[in-house]
Amino acid sequence: MTTATARTERVARTYVTHGRPLWRRVLVTRETAIIALLVAVVAVSVTAVPNFDSPLTVTFLLREIAPILLIALPMTLIIVTEEIDLSVASVVGLASVVTGLCVQAGWPFPAAMALAVAVGTVAGMINGALVTFVGLPSLAVTIGTLALFRGIAVGLLGTTAITDFPETWTALARTNIPGTPVPVVMIVFALLAVVFAVLLHFTPFGRSLYAIGLNKEAAAFSGINVGMTKFWLFVMSGTVAGFAGVYFTLLYNNARGDNATGMELQIIAAVLLGGVSIFGGRGALHGVIAGVLLIGTLGSALRLAGVTSDIINVLTGVLLIGSVVSASLLTWLHRKRVAAVGQRRGRAAAASAGS
Amino acid sequence: MFSTRRITRRRGAALTAVAASAALLLTACGGDGEEAGGGGGGGGEGGGEAAAITFLPKNLGNPYFDTSNAGGQEAVEELGGTFSEVGPTEASPTSQVSFIETAAQQGVDALVVSANDPEAICDALNEARGVGVKVVTFDSDTNPDCRDLFINQATAEGIAKVQVDLITEQIGDEGQIAILSASANATNQNAWIELMQAELETNHPNVELVEIAYGDDDDQRSFDQTAALLQTYPDLKGIVSPTTVGIAAAARYLSTSEYQGQVALTGLGTPNQMREYVKDGTVEAFALWNPADLGYLAAYAANALATGEISGEAGDTFEAGRLGSFEVGDDASVLLGDPFVFDAENIDDFDF
Repeated sequence: MTTATARTERVARTYVTHGRPLWRRVLVTRETAIIALLVAVVAVSVTAVPNFDSPLTVTFLLREIAPILLIALPMTLIIVTEEIDLSVASVVGLASVVTGLCVQAGWPFPAAMALAVAVGTVAGMINGALVTFVGLPSLAVTIGTLALFRGIAVGLLGTTAITDFPETWTALARTNIPGTPVPVVMIVFALLAVVFAVLLHFTPFGRSLYAIGLNKEAAAFSGINVGMTKFWLFVMSGTVAGFAGVYFTLLYNNARGDNATGMELQIIAAVLLGGVSIFGGRGALHGVIAGVLLIGTLGSALRLAGVTSDIINVLTGVLLIGSVVSASLLTWLHRKRVAAVGQRRGRAAAASAGS
Repeated sequence: MFSTRRITRRRGAALTAVAASAALLLTACGGDGEEAGGGGGGGGEGGGEAAAITFLPKNLGNPYFDTSNAGGQEAVEELGGTFSEVGPTEASPTSQVSFIETAAQQGVDALVVSANDPEAICDALNEARGVGVKVVTFDSDTNPDCRDLFINQATAEGIAKVQVDLITEQIGDEGQIAILSASANATNQNAWIELMQAELETNHPNVELVEIAYGDDDDQRSFDQTAALLQTYPDLKGIVSPTTVGIAAAARYLSTSEYQGQVALTGLGTPNQMREYVKDGTVEAFALWNPADLGYLAAYAANALATGEISGEAGDTFEAGRLGSFEVGDDASVLLGDPFVFDAENIDDFDF
């Protein structure tokens, strides 16, 4: 125990860039687990469920979950900053009604679409302003706007439906990319997914979201404009939900105030399943996309196998709770192990010091 | 100190959020969980003699559709086909689309649907027809462009006539009667009432219709309106209520009043609502269609389409087991027949 040896040790010390080796960082994550589960579900369905392997399955599945996929992108960013937007489905309904009313009033469809998306953007601005400038918690704000936007949507159109949309546009919402069973709306989704992935994972703005989610105060003190960041996230969410509303209207050829009721929960469930932490500060887009696809595929396969929708809902709920509980359990186990190792080291050090 | 409090709060919030989303996911499956059947997928590959027929009601766990589906199952079993029943747990306009798509993927021979919305499921139905699925609607029709046949439960004329027949028979074809309707602008009820008035004028000159009261399809309001009618017209001999809410409320009032058995009551009702009033003598007989027969006929029609026996053109005829022979009418619709009369004799055969 001479000071000389201690000094040489300090000089020889090297710092590793990461706590865990590359393969563990890539493979042992929530995202990989969800992707693996998705692959397993697809594999089992293809072999065990009759008719699952038809191209129709891909078309129907993607078409149906497209609104969820689209809105899950901005929702991921919002939840990473430890906020939430519960009003998205109501914005979908509102945009649907606006599209319908404009078409009914004789507007050309692109103009109707532009106004509906703009209404979504304004709805997002209202959410963002209440969270950022008034300083209210997003949970309370968006529960309020969930009711508000839905109320406006139903109020504008009553219980009637508008079902007369230009044939070319409704057909566009249902056509596939030529030669594939993939609906054309997936092109829009792919573009948006790339934009959001770059934004979240490869820009300073994206890194700042994780910082905000982990510790708002620290983020603010390191120069991040927490308020405005959140404001823009809610604006993005409203805009994408507005677009999803137009798509929803075309897909079902139907503008109604109660369109997409309850969809916010499907979206949030998928985002959480995809490995985004509701505590903020953790999550990745590829996991979220896999989460949406997993819930959609599971539902589609079970329906094909003749399972009733009650059971499908129960299974989805169990899957979600299971994934959240297992994540917490693993974190807890990991902490315990690290603590135990620390204690052992501490004891060993104490013993050697004592001898 | 601060950090512990913060962690507790955050964990609390997160748990609430997870619990809330789970709870809402689960409540999304609303219905009271009566999964009748469900079947084994019914994966017939088209053609062949045993048709695979899928029933898609407005929602599952609804006694009315449980009855109609049971009728459908009976028919499919008689035909030696494969019956399956699928459906959403809530009757929302777009919730049926995924089940229609599933039926198209499975390549079932025919799909029998009660539409939650006449337009929202139209494209999906047409896509299913594009891959060879025959589409029959029953109970609630879609736009005629999106289905091969509609099984109509009753015509307005039939409904009006059966109610007039019932009330005039019960009061001895003379005296004052009143109508307890739904709201003043209810389309169906107004059409029936108009036809009932015409029928009374031409065939029952001694029966006087003294008032049309409106209970707004609200139980309490219908109850109060019944009381008002009986007080205003001491010589009133009968009440007709062409709405299920109205007839049940009127029966409840009559059964506890001195008028029980003195003032006749009939109209459109469901057996489960009316059972106790039929048994205690308040109501002699009332009408509605028989959902079991409706499902039975729809299944036979679907089978006839799937096997190519009929194409759905007006004038086509087909046999429907115990119900006899039917002809396709205008707008590719088939009429079940006259409304069904429920009385003390047969009411226990029904549960809807």
